Amino acid sequence: MEGELSGVLNRRCVEAAVMTGLALNCHINKKSLFDRKHYFYSDLPAGYQITQQRLPIAANGHLTYSVYMGKKRSQMTTKTVRIKQIQLEQDSGKSLHDDLRSQTLIDLNRAGVGLLEVVLEPDLCCGEEAAIAVRELQMILQALGTSQANMAEGQLRVDANVSVHHPGEPLGVRTEVKNLNSLRFLAKAIDYEIQRQITELENGGEILNETRSFDYKLGCTVSMRDKEGKQDYRFMPEPNLPPLVLYDATSLPADADSQQVVNIDQLRDMLPELPSATRERLVQQYGILPEHSFTLLNEVGLLEFFQSVIKETRAEPKRVINWVLNTLLYYLKQQNLAVSESPVTPAALAELLDLLDSKAISSSAAKQVFEELWKGEGKTAAQIVTEQQLELMQDREALEQLCQAAIDGHPQVVMDVKNRNPKAINKLIGLVRRTSLSRADPTLIKEILERKLSL
Amino acid sequence: MWARALRVRFPVPLDRGRGFASKAGPQGKVQEVRQGTHSPRLASQGAGRVPAAKIEHLERLALVDFGSREAVARLEKAIAFADQLHALDTDGVEPLESLLEDRCVYLRSDNVAEGNCTEELLRNSHHVVEEYFVPLPGNVSLPDMVNKTPSPTAE
Repeated sequence: MEGELSGVLNRRCVEAAVMTGLALNCHINKKSLFDRKHYFYSDLPAGYQITQQRLPIAANGHLTYSVYMGKKRSQMTTKTVRIKQIQLEQDSGKSLHDDLRSQTLIDLNRAGVGLLEVVLEPDLCCGEEAAIAVRELQMILQALGTSQANMAEGQLRVDANVSVHHPGEPLGVRTEVKNLNSLRFLAKAIDYEIQRQITELENGGEILNETRSFDYKLGCTVSMRDKEGKQDYRFMPEPNLPPLVLYDATSLPADADSQQVVNIDQLRDMLPELPSATRERLVQQYGILPEHSFTLLNEVGLLEFFQSVIKETRAEPKRVINWVLNTLLYYLKQQNLAVSESPVTPAALAELLDLLDSKAISSSAAKQVFEELWKGEGKTAAQIVTEQQLELMQDREALEQLCQAAIDGHPQVVMDVKNRNPKAINKLIGLVRRTSLSRADPTLIKEILERKLSL
Repeated sequence: MWARALRVRFPVPLDRGRGFASKAGPQGKVQEVRQGTHSPRLASQGAGRVPAAKIEHLERLALVDFGSREAVARLEKAIAFADQLHALDTDGVEPLESLLEDRCVYLRSDNVAEGNCTEELLRNSHHVVEEYFVPLPGNVSLPDMVNKTPSPTAE
């Protein structure tokens, strides 16, 4: 029977492909075809890879991402990269090079497993843009559940095609750069390759259409040029796989077997919240800036951390976001830690913010407490406040006396204040803060001093 | 599935003096080929010869060693035989790419139905290191056309 010849396709792969295509604003081809791509390599036992070269499952989409512009990188603007197509294909095995014994080791566990290849148009201009676009793609794939998209584990693999040209002229000869297993190296490799090509051309050389590998130790790209010359893949229609047919609400056959039918409209309805929508929602929900929500999503685990703190504290979201982005994230970056490695837990930060919110401590005292919490010695914020006597003075009378003492003890400074020297008042405030052992709210100090000096 | 409109035009005039049958190649007469419609140009230089550079390229792609002038001649005859297809006028006829074109690929559910046969699979290989397959070193390099000796074909 003819049916015995046909191969079989995993339904989940098809659904994942359609959802990814929809999330990337692609046209979904209701009929797509499979092809064989032939080449010899030890990690490809069959000698060919099944792919979709002629008519892929999705095409002509776009991916939108945000970049920081300007010298201070304070303005955010959106950019778009076009998606040429998305195709279903088979994975090859994995090859490892044992240089010690000059042999290649082949792991075939992933051979034949379904892959999605997303092909972008050459709309990206530099390493940073590429990294941002790929990060956005990573977040979309994770939100869809299509892939966990971890680059280090090879769940998301990226090859970069790089070329240079003078403005207005056609695209130059491109090289393909492989072995990019992190966003950081992706950006580095692209920028290196752009510069290498420019230098080469300026020196009168030419760019070869070749494959290059990124050597992350040396920070440069190295030619992988095969002595055998350009590959001829001898594409041919895959004889064992009939066309992949998809349906929508209008074309759905009445008596269809639901197992055999993939309904594009149904999948569209099932699309989860994508990162761009999440960011907008966060801005609305918490009253934070777009830049804030961008960072919350961009740093792995930061959004969850932020939301945990919000849940456990009385403090306003604006205050929470300030501490999460400007203090916590700052400390994490200083020590190159992931959010999951933070010595300060959401609960600890929530407690600290409660103390601040109830005016039990000043903001500078809070910074001190955070510093102490960061040491991760297991003390709570309340314990640290008590140990270091950081509680705000509750005795207004005593504070007034300290202010008076500062005024009486520093006539010159008082003179400067009365002469409208703008820095002088801060000097006085500083003096009072020192005598109060940082246990007074600077705003209150200022208020008292100004009243006493009849300003 | 075979219901296609075909118009077969036989080239006129037929050169009857030049039929050839080879022992090992395709049997029967080969009709002189006239350019049909949409026919891709095959790389041949006069009298159906395949140039040496192309033979080398084919050998590298398919890991096949033609080995002798006779084998190359056989190849040229096979190409000439297949060229008869150009006699067909396929104007306005969509190519048949697959016998399965009217069917849809069967979708299976995402369940693991088989596996756990590591040992059995590894037994297929002569050389195994810590559950990795060890292939022959590199892509076997082929000697150039000048020093033509039979080269080992890759497995």
